[in-house]
Amino acid sequence: MATVLGFYNYWVVIVLMMAGLYILISRYNLIKKMIGLSIFQTSIFYLYISIGKVENGTAPILNDDPATIYSNPLPHVLILTAIVVGVATTAVALALSVRIYENYGTIEEDEIRALNAGEHEL
Amino acid sequence: MISMEHLIIGVLLAFLVVITIGIIVLRDLMAAVILTGLYSLVAAGAFVVMDAVDVAFTEAAVGSGISTILFLGAVSFTRAEQKPRGNDSWLAIVFVIATGALLIYGTLDMPRYGSAESPAQTHPQLGKRFLEQSADEVGPPNIVTSVLASYRGYDTLGETVVVFAAGIAVMSLLGLKRRRPEEEIPEHAPEDQPPELEQDTDRLT
Repeated sequence: MATVLGFYNYWVVIVLMMAGLYILISRYNLIKKMIGLSIFQTSIFYLYISIGKVENGTAPILNDDPATIYSNPLPHVLILTAIVVGVATTAVALALSVRIYENYGTIEEDEIRALNAGEHEL
Repeated sequence: MISMEHLIIGVLLAFLVVITIGIIVLRDLMAAVILTGLYSLVAAGAFVVMDAVDVAFTEAAVGSGISTILFLGAVSFTRAEQKPRGNDSWLAIVFVIATGALLIYGTLDMPRYGSAESPAQTHPQLGKRFLEQSADEVGPPNIVTSVLASYRGYDTLGETVVVFAAGIAVMSLLGLKRRRPEEEIPEHAPEDQPPELEQDTDRLT
């Protein structure tokens, strides 16, 4: 029971990560792939934040009581950076999908591949 | 036995799993995008329970706000419906389950959730040092601010460089002039097609 309580957090997060990876692998639509990638990303944020948590701790904002237990601020800082960088890369990927749609008229991976194969035959 | 905190986190994780199943099943991209925003918001709620308040409001504003708007913009410029295809092949499922099983096997070596003795909490140069000395060395009571702007200031500088580069990349990909998708791609929306077909038949007859 103690093991399950200590680890279920990580396990569910890994299930979510793998669901994101599954969307990324199995769906042809480029925007759907990006949604899968962003689920994967948010799950990794969750994993990091749960590593920083200390039992009975509070948010790492100093107060005057010396007996206060604080959670670890370092994972929070790393993930703050990661969130912003993640949105920036998502924006670039979505801009690429819009460009692909303008050129090919589709954002389905298999149709793009078929169009490319057709060009090579010509 | 099971504390209130574990209960809240369990419920939020259950929400996340249900939302993810919805995203996998749904073919309507608009609905999937909104569910992704909801996913970020629920994750932000869980971050508050895990004491990461700064991360929670960044995730709520950036992950659930800006990112959703970007996705909605991309969907409005392309098709809102995913094609029925997609390979739900056994190979993909087996690969994902095998990777997940390996990762879960790896977590068994990790410190227990909330443990105060884990290396991340006891390392003398990291979290512990920030907690004990940032008030004297930097000043602000919020330690996340001190670490972000002072101890890891170059990290934050690198982050802004990445955001700047991404902004340039998006502008050079899309151009500054905004275009409407209808002007350039004739067969954009499904309901646009019938009139065109009628014109074609007129021409044929």
